[in-house]
Amino acid sequence: MSDLTVSNGTLALAFILVLIALYIGYQEKLKFNKEILIGVVRAIVQLAIVGYVLKFVIHANEIWLTLACFAIIVINAGWNAGKRGNGIPKAIPISLFAIAVDTITTVAILVATGSIKFIPAQIVPFTGMVASNIMVAIGLCFRNMKQTFADRHQQILEKLALGANIKLASIDILRESIRSGVQPTIDSIKTMGLVSLPGMMSGLIFAGVDPVKAIKYQIMICFMLLESTSLGSIISCYLAYKQFYNQQKQLNDELIS
Amino acid sequence: MIEVKNLNYQVGQQKILKNINLQVPRDAYITFIGPSGSGKSTLMRIIASMLNATSGEVLFNGKNQSEYEPTHYRHKVSYAFQQPTLFGRTIKENLEFPYLVRRKEFDRSLVTQYLEMVNLNETYIDKSVNDVSGGEKQRIALLRNLIFPPEVLITDEVTTGLDTENKTIVRKLIDQFNKERNVTVLRVTHDDTEISEAHNTITIENGEIKNV
Repeated sequence: MSDLTVSNGTLALAFILVLIALYIGYQEKLKFNKEILIGVVRAIVQLAIVGYVLKFVIHANEIWLTLACFAIIVINAGWNAGKRGNGIPKAIPISLFAIAVDTITTVAILVATGSIKFIPAQIVPFTGMVASNIMVAIGLCFRNMKQTFADRHQQILEKLALGANIKLASIDILRESIRSGVQPTIDSIKTMGLVSLPGMMSGLIFAGVDPVKAIKYQIMICFMLLESTSLGSIISCYLAYKQFYNQQKQLNDELIS
Repeated sequence: MIEVKNLNYQVGQQKILKNINLQVPRDAYITFIGPSGSGKSTLMRIIASMLNATSGEVLFNGKNQSEYEPTHYRHKVSYAFQQPTLFGRTIKENLEFPYLVRRKEFDRSLVTQYLEMVNLNETYIDKSVNDVSGGEKQRIALLRNLIFPPEVLITDEVTTGLDTENKTIVRKLIDQFNKERNVTVLRVTHDDTEISEAHNTITIENGEIKNV
């Protein structure tokens, strides 16, 4: 465990890696240096704050504090995923609802099966992991949905003109959008151990845990991520596609153009 | 059968349709003519329930359009597009779509009969949508509207861009459904032959009906 100590000096030296990225950005005129600097500053500040908050929450070990952390993570994830659906009415409430239902379901199953304990040291990191993955999945779903509705505008009009209900008119888009949300999780799971050693597993091995035990944990996380990204994508897509239509089951042209 | 009363449509400050009043009797075959941008297609889309009027009403069989469930209404009043797209990968997916909409089993022999009406044959059912010409595409698209004959068929410049042979096939099909199956037809066209052969024309200019 003592191997995990990172001194401030080491951390400062590791900043050389960021400087390399900045140099490449400058040389290649990639125009992302400002973004990198903002990202780095935000990451340092946010992680420092979170580090102290987590230390306090874990030490306090209060249910209400754990639940407050849970709510903050879910709200933030919902808000950010919703912003990806900019232009889709009610995108933020939809993503908030999907992430809340999905995260509660997933974490509740893990607690009920004894996979994790209802203590802040386990609930908070797991909630973060679940919510962030659903957030990314929903963001991808929304982006794909907006794009495909625009691309297939004419086809949907024709299906509606033939008397299709809005679900039948949008079913291809719905399926593709859900798939786009879940696909990155499937891809990462397929290559797990071959291309990457996932964060949780790497962290446990880093911390000196037996790799076999770490792998068991990781397998559980794979199950959890598959379920949560699938459920989150399905809930959000099934609620979002309806927003592209009005009450008369006509395509809402303002959203498409 | 269809009655349009004091219908107006505007986008922002621009008035597209101005106080349209119209009566379409059952089995009629009406040809709508007028310059591009005069509002013909907009009127057709409103009658087809694809667009909402700003004010006024559309009555179908004596009942306000808004009282119908939109999908059921569109089974009865079917709109055919100028440049249709074919869905999915095969022609079958397109000809199956009207069955899917009505939750009915695909009837291959009936569909073959329909294909023969537009000079195509059974082999087309399994063809890829990429393997048909523009004219064939339009004929197949029109069949999607007609496999379950609607009470009203609205055709919006469906022969535009087709060669003479394809235009004749499409016109013949529409005529046949009008005469033999009592399908009321509202046709928008710019085609000189179609206009000269039409018995009942309505001219729309600047969003207003000029003659009935």
